[in-house]
Amino acid sequence: MAVVGPSGAGKSTLLALLAGLDLPSEGYVVLNGVNLGELDEDGRARVRAESVGFVFQSFHLVPSLNALENVMLPLELAGRDDARDASRAIIERVGLGERWSHYPAQLSGGEKQRVAIARAFATEPAVLFADEPTGNLDTRTGETIMDLMFELNRKSSTTLVLVTHDNSLAGRCDRVLSLDAGKLVGDTPAAA
Amino acid sequence: MKALTFAIRSFGRELRSGEVVVLLSAVILAVAALTAVGFLTDRIGKAVERQANEVLAADLRLRSQEPIPDAWRKMAAEHELRTADMVSFPTVVFAGDDSVLTSLLAVTDGYPLRGTVRISDALFSEQREADGIPAPGEVWADSALLARVGADVGDTLSVGEAELRIAAVVTYRPDQSIGFASLAPTLLMNSADLQATALIGVGSRVRYALLLAGEEESVSAFNDAIEDQLPDSLRLRSAEESSERAYAAADRAKRFLSLTAVISLLLSAVAISMSARRFAHRRMDTVALMKSLGATQGFVVSVAIAQLIALGLIGVAAGSVVGFAAEEVLSWILADIIRGDLPDPGPMPIVLAAGSAMVLLVGFALPSLIQLRNTPPLRVLRHDAMPPAPSRILVGGLSMAAVASLLYRSVGDPTMLVIVLGGIIVIAAALYLVGRGLVAAMGRFRSGVGVAWRYGLANVARRGRASAVQVVAFGLGLTVLLLLTLVRTDLLDGWRQTLDQDAPNHFLINIQRSETESVTDIFESRGVRVPDYAPLVRARMTLINGESVKDRKYPAEDAQWFVNREQNLSWAEELSSSNELLEGEWWPPGYDGSPLVSIEEEIALETGLGIGDVLEFEIAGQQLEARIASVRRINWDSFMPNFFLVLSPGALDEYPATFIASMRVEDDEKGALVDLVREHPTISVIDLDAILQQVRGIIEKASMAVQAVFFFTLAAGIAVLFAAVQSTIDERRFESAMLRALGAQKRIVFSGVMAEFAALGAAAGILASAGASILAAVLATQLFDLPYTFDPLLWVAGVAAGLLVVCASGYFAARSAINSAPVDVLRGAPG
Repeated sequence: MAVVGPSGAGKSTLLALLAGLDLPSEGYVVLNGVNLGELDEDGRARVRAESVGFVFQSFHLVPSLNALENVMLPLELAGRDDARDASRAIIERVGLGERWSHYPAQLSGGEKQRVAIARAFATEPAVLFADEPTGNLDTRTGETIMDLMFELNRKSSTTLVLVTHDNSLAGRCDRVLSLDAGKLVGDTPAAA
Repeated sequence: MKALTFAIRSFGRELRSGEVVVLLSAVILAVAALTAVGFLTDRIGKAVERQANEVLAADLRLRSQEPIPDAWRKMAAEHELRTADMVSFPTVVFAGDDSVLTSLLAVTDGYPLRGTVRISDALFSEQREADGIPAPGEVWADSALLARVGADVGDTLSVGEAELRIAAVVTYRPDQSIGFASLAPTLLMNSADLQATALIGVGSRVRYALLLAGEEESVSAFNDAIEDQLPDSLRLRSAEESSERAYAAADRAKRFLSLTAVISLLLSAVAISMSARRFAHRRMDTVALMKSLGATQGFVVSVAIAQLIALGLIGVAAGSVVGFAAEEVLSWILADIIRGDLPDPGPMPIVLAAGSAMVLLVGFALPSLIQLRNTPPLRVLRHDAMPPAPSRILVGGLSMAAVASLLYRSVGDPTMLVIVLGGIIVIAAALYLVGRGLVAAMGRFRSGVGVAWRYGLANVARRGRASAVQVVAFGLGLTVLLLLTLVRTDLLDGWRQTLDQDAPNHFLINIQRSETESVTDIFESRGVRVPDYAPLVRARMTLINGESVKDRKYPAEDAQWFVNREQNLSWAEELSSSNELLEGEWWPPGYDGSPLVSIEEEIALETGLGIGDVLEFEIAGQQLEARIASVRRINWDSFMPNFFLVLSPGALDEYPATFIASMRVEDDEKGALVDLVREHPTISVIDLDAILQQVRGIIEKASMAVQAVFFFTLAAGIAVLFAAVQSTIDERRFESAMLRALGAQKRIVFSGVMAEFAALGAAAGILASAGASILAAVLATQLFDLPYTFDPLLWVAGVAAGLLVVCASGYFAARSAINSAPVDVLRGAPG
């Protein structure tokens, strides 16, 4: 699923509400059967740990941890014992098997985003929110990154929610929601 | 558990990246200051403790100015107590032509009854426990004595008329004074040689002591038995009393030094709080990310606390090492003053410093870190989402609690704590206001200067609060350093200038009446001005207006000491030129009526004695009554022989007297003194210049040690500067890039930043110079009664030191901002 719209349309606000990063002043959000409005901050954090993954425009890796440790982070937060092995496996799959011990400062933009994608898929979340994942990358790298993301998405049972203003990217999704000035102005299954 | 692994893993990385260096340095400084002082006071404390039950070298000590009658020895034997005798007096001993004023101890077999004497066979060689006392014909000298006359083991010393061989170096005596020792070094001899020295004549300043020790019950039985029959001439000292005094003295030194360390501690606290805020700020993005990935608030707090503990542990480990090294330096500086070797320090100072470091971190760093838990996870999408500022009550409360608990340890009682804490708050507030004033004043110069200075001064003014804190932090450290260096020498020089150029520089003591003629001949034949002799008769005051001095009540507590001590009486025809008559009348020339006495001002005040009061003295078993006829003020700086009690002529004629004299001897006349002591070995010549030199040396060393402690204060000031610069480093980087993008050369940007530090440094220097000048004036006029002279050098040195230290450390703190390439900064700049 893709969420599209011009700058200021409310895409990011919607994403924040859906992921429980922020609370709506009216209405409610049900994520994976749980009403987020009924939970406190820690409760929402636990929901995210169990069933949500993120990929951000500006990568957001922890600079003090190396690539592998960044991937391990959500697994450890969710209390998984096999954090290291699972992370090794997924970091191989995003093609960074050789560079797992590098720190974010030593990685290129594309490599950072691969780490971020590995981190997002590591917990096999029910929903994965991606906020302009190619926004900070050049076109070529962006395409490879999206290919990787769609491929991983196909092989897992994760719902991908992609926020973008890139219509060609949105076109590769099953469903496209269009926002403008905070209102839903379109909901179309994309032509395959 | 996972919070801990995460905390440690990321902390290790942060350490290596230099992110927490300032925070860590502040902790290390605080710990180093505390442990340096802690180790030193711990060692002194242990020395006191080790010596506590042997400070008398006995369980009881009977003291007198006269030989102790055998009856007491007999009585001690009846109580099955062991005894030893000790005779002590000051005298000048010679090794060749070199002489030194010595505190001579002549002891009998058995000394010390408690504890052991340690000696070594040569200077600075290994020490061992002495077996017994020096053999007849031999002496044991302490190393200071040997150093001053340039002698070593095996050489011969002239002690009075005796020639005694130095057999060993005394390194430790149980009854030596602990801590700051008396001026005269000790010489230990066998009392069998006492006769041969011929030093003990009528009226010599000799103290006799009978040392007693035995089973606890026997000692207390003896104590009870003699208590009521002890004559006035005998004093009894118990080991407990003496050790209490030693403890009290050590405690005072400890409190003073720990208060000094607390100043460094408080400045470190400022640096910790500043850099913790920055540390937390830098962590915000990571925390927001972790929360978006599902980390709970508890996790965030656990990580913060784990990192704080790791920081504390590293700080304590490194700080203890620095502190240990600093203590080595301190005790090396003080080696001459603290006699004898100090025991090794225990681990307690580290434990206390670790506790204090944790208190500092909890009080000053924890609030910022705890606040991280409230970082909105939304920050991953919106960079401007910030946690609310930590509650002022929490921050203020925690830091006040931290300061109070740290101070409590060095202050020790709640009322004092409130006073000290109140004082610190008032002084800090006043200094802060002065700092703000100086910062504002600096800002005024802006319009009349070039672009670089304008930019720098604008920065000082804009960061007004932080600038004021930095000015105060440096100002404080510099004030103390100025005080201990320039002001100290100014005061000493000032005092020397008030002394008469012709003031006597030598004292002759212990001159017998029969020797005066011969002494006069020696000086006359060599063309040296003959001194005036002042007679001295030893007496004890028994009654005042017919009432026993013991039963009488006095206005001041110190009076007890005066009325009970052995009095040195003198007589004079005319009022000495160094005296000024305040009340009553001086006896007329040729007076030979009933005895009159003139009393010194301070003593009159303390004892409440005045004109018309009648004093009765006991002199060598006879009674003498004298009426107070006048009150005098004495100018002690004159270095003339002066007496609290001076009697009318003739009053003391029947009693045994010795004479003392003071005289000025120029360098080319010193040969006369050598001849004098060759012919009259029992006369002691005391060289005042040498003693002044010694006093000066001791003051210098003590202030060097205090200075060393205050270097931590200055270092803490530097930590504050680094923390302040670091907290603005992003801003600075951006500004400097902007300026350069606008066409400013790197040199201009650099000058601008340096101008800012120069302004801060100058302000700190002005504050320090003003502070040191005010304190110097107060010390000179109020405490030392000296005219205060303004020293322009103080201001030059203060401002120069401020400029140098602040500019140098400011350069190191900010150079990365100045040097960063504009394009990198602007590309990555927020907004």
